[in-house]
Amino acid sequence: MTAGAPAPGPAAAAEDEPAEFTADEMMTACAARALADGMTCFVGIGLPSAAANLARATHAPNLVLIYESGTIGAKPDRLPLSIGDGILAETADAVVSVPEIFNYWLQPGRISIGFLGAAQIDRFGNINTTVIGPAYDDPKVRLPGAGGAPEIAASCREVIVVVRQSRRSFVEQVDFVTSVGFGDGPGYRERLGLTGAGPRKVITDLGILEPDPDTCELTLTGRYPGVSVADVRARTGWDLAVSERLEILEPPTEAELTALRQLQAASPSQ
Amino acid sequence: MAEIVSLADAVARAVHDGDAVAMEGFTHLIPFAAGREVIRQRRRDLTLIRMTPDVLYDQLIGAGCASKLIFSWGGNPGVGSLHRFRDAVENAWPGPLQLEEHSHAGMANRYVAGASGVPFAILRGYSGTGLEGLPGLDGQPAVRPITCPFTGEQLTAVAALTPDVAVIHAQRADRAGNVQFWGITGVQKEAVLSARRSIVTVEEIVPELAPEPTAVVLPSWVVDYVAEAPDGSRPSYALGYSARDNDYYQAWDAISRDRDRFAQWLAEDVYGVGQPAGAGAGADAGGAA
Repeated sequence: MTAGAPAPGPAAAAEDEPAEFTADEMMTACAARALADGMTCFVGIGLPSAAANLARATHAPNLVLIYESGTIGAKPDRLPLSIGDGILAETADAVVSVPEIFNYWLQPGRISIGFLGAAQIDRFGNINTTVIGPAYDDPKVRLPGAGGAPEIAASCREVIVVVRQSRRSFVEQVDFVTSVGFGDGPGYRERLGLTGAGPRKVITDLGILEPDPDTCELTLTGRYPGVSVADVRARTGWDLAVSERLEILEPPTEAELTALRQLQAASPSQ
Repeated sequence: MAEIVSLADAVARAVHDGDAVAMEGFTHLIPFAAGREVIRQRRRDLTLIRMTPDVLYDQLIGAGCASKLIFSWGGNPGVGSLHRFRDAVENAWPGPLQLEEHSHAGMANRYVAGASGVPFAILRGYSGTGLEGLPGLDGQPAVRPITCPFTGEQLTAVAALTPDVAVIHAQRADRAGNVQFWGITGVQKEAVLSARRSIVTVEEIVPELAPEPTAVVLPSWVVDYVAEAPDGSRPSYALGYSARDNDYYQAWDAISRDRDRFAQWLAEDVYGVGQPAGAGAGADAGGAA
């Protein structure tokens, strides 16, 4: 189980002088590497969108980006500010209605990867973007809600989650299940009849978690250079399991950093 | 046939206190000018319906127009929270806001059912999520399991949306009231066809609609009111006419975060700049055709 395709660019990155980069840039590069050329990818806005666009700008020029606004095969040359940014429609292979994108394209399982963010995620990869607090009717924090995520999580062939890691966001059990990961463990998705395989990787600003093949529990399989297992456990709200084959992930290459910064610089804000 | 009227007249005739109002436009062609007109005419107790109650409904909710909201994603896209929406849900300010919440796929299919004249739609969705158990506005489950009569497979049923009025923004209409829009067309066709009445604001009214690739056309006979509102989707955009005002979405975060600052915005940018409601105020528009 490798953590991602080898990074593109010059193989001999100078080890004595590592490039300066932020944890977010490391996370975005790592998430981009999880996307192979030619895949179809249903993209959420924010961190997932940055990673998907970075992949297309580097090693995966034929990555098909699909946004829930109905744009199929969008080719933006900057990061879109919203899923309805005009550049998505203007560069898309096809623009379809919202009922059509969900019913004809997502629902039958045509899309290989769903790329999602999360406000909370739990040890079984269930995602909450609805409310924080024990009571739905009296939330501590009202979050935006579901959007397209529940059906993306159910129907894409696989799901990748990109989220910054903290004890607030990585919890034993989510306060509200907006999108199903592995429910309460093995067999849950099958019992519900969900057609997609569920979360394959959770990529954070510390490393990569992947579901254990037997227990479905998110397990640390990769960490970034300079990040210790203790660091990751300190920012996880459950007793995090660590893979016996824990990898140290490659830092972003110059090519990745340059491409990402160009995409961001060209974006109107943020 | 659609009547071509002023925006103030269209709202006065089609949007009444207590109505269920669907304003659609998925990140593009959002009917902001119409939203401000509804605030200006001080409509109350509306059930607001919208897949993405972004800045548009933040404005209506903060202004006290709504008592209920049916939606699937309530954020400021690319920016963060909707502060007026959150203040209503978390602190009941300026009044309580009852929610019925869905996924995008669920909402889209609810409009499709409404437009199709059937009582519900079927999808693969909601299974295992917390949304599955939430009540609708009537207190009953908002989505229900249904068994396929052919295969026995378990699927999810969502009830048709049939708003009292749909409000959308389009690029163009002709003088007969035929409406044309293109680019990201969202769920606006379904919203208009599911509603009892409809208002379409347009960038411009032209003598004749020139064919436009991929355009959706709503014939005059399914629309009630067409009103010219140039730049009527700002800070959203109308492909071919205007660009998205991304800075405004950022600026809204600060305006909406604070109740006093929001009140000042209402006074200056909404109540301070309106035309008076037209002579037809309060008249019942009746149904389509």
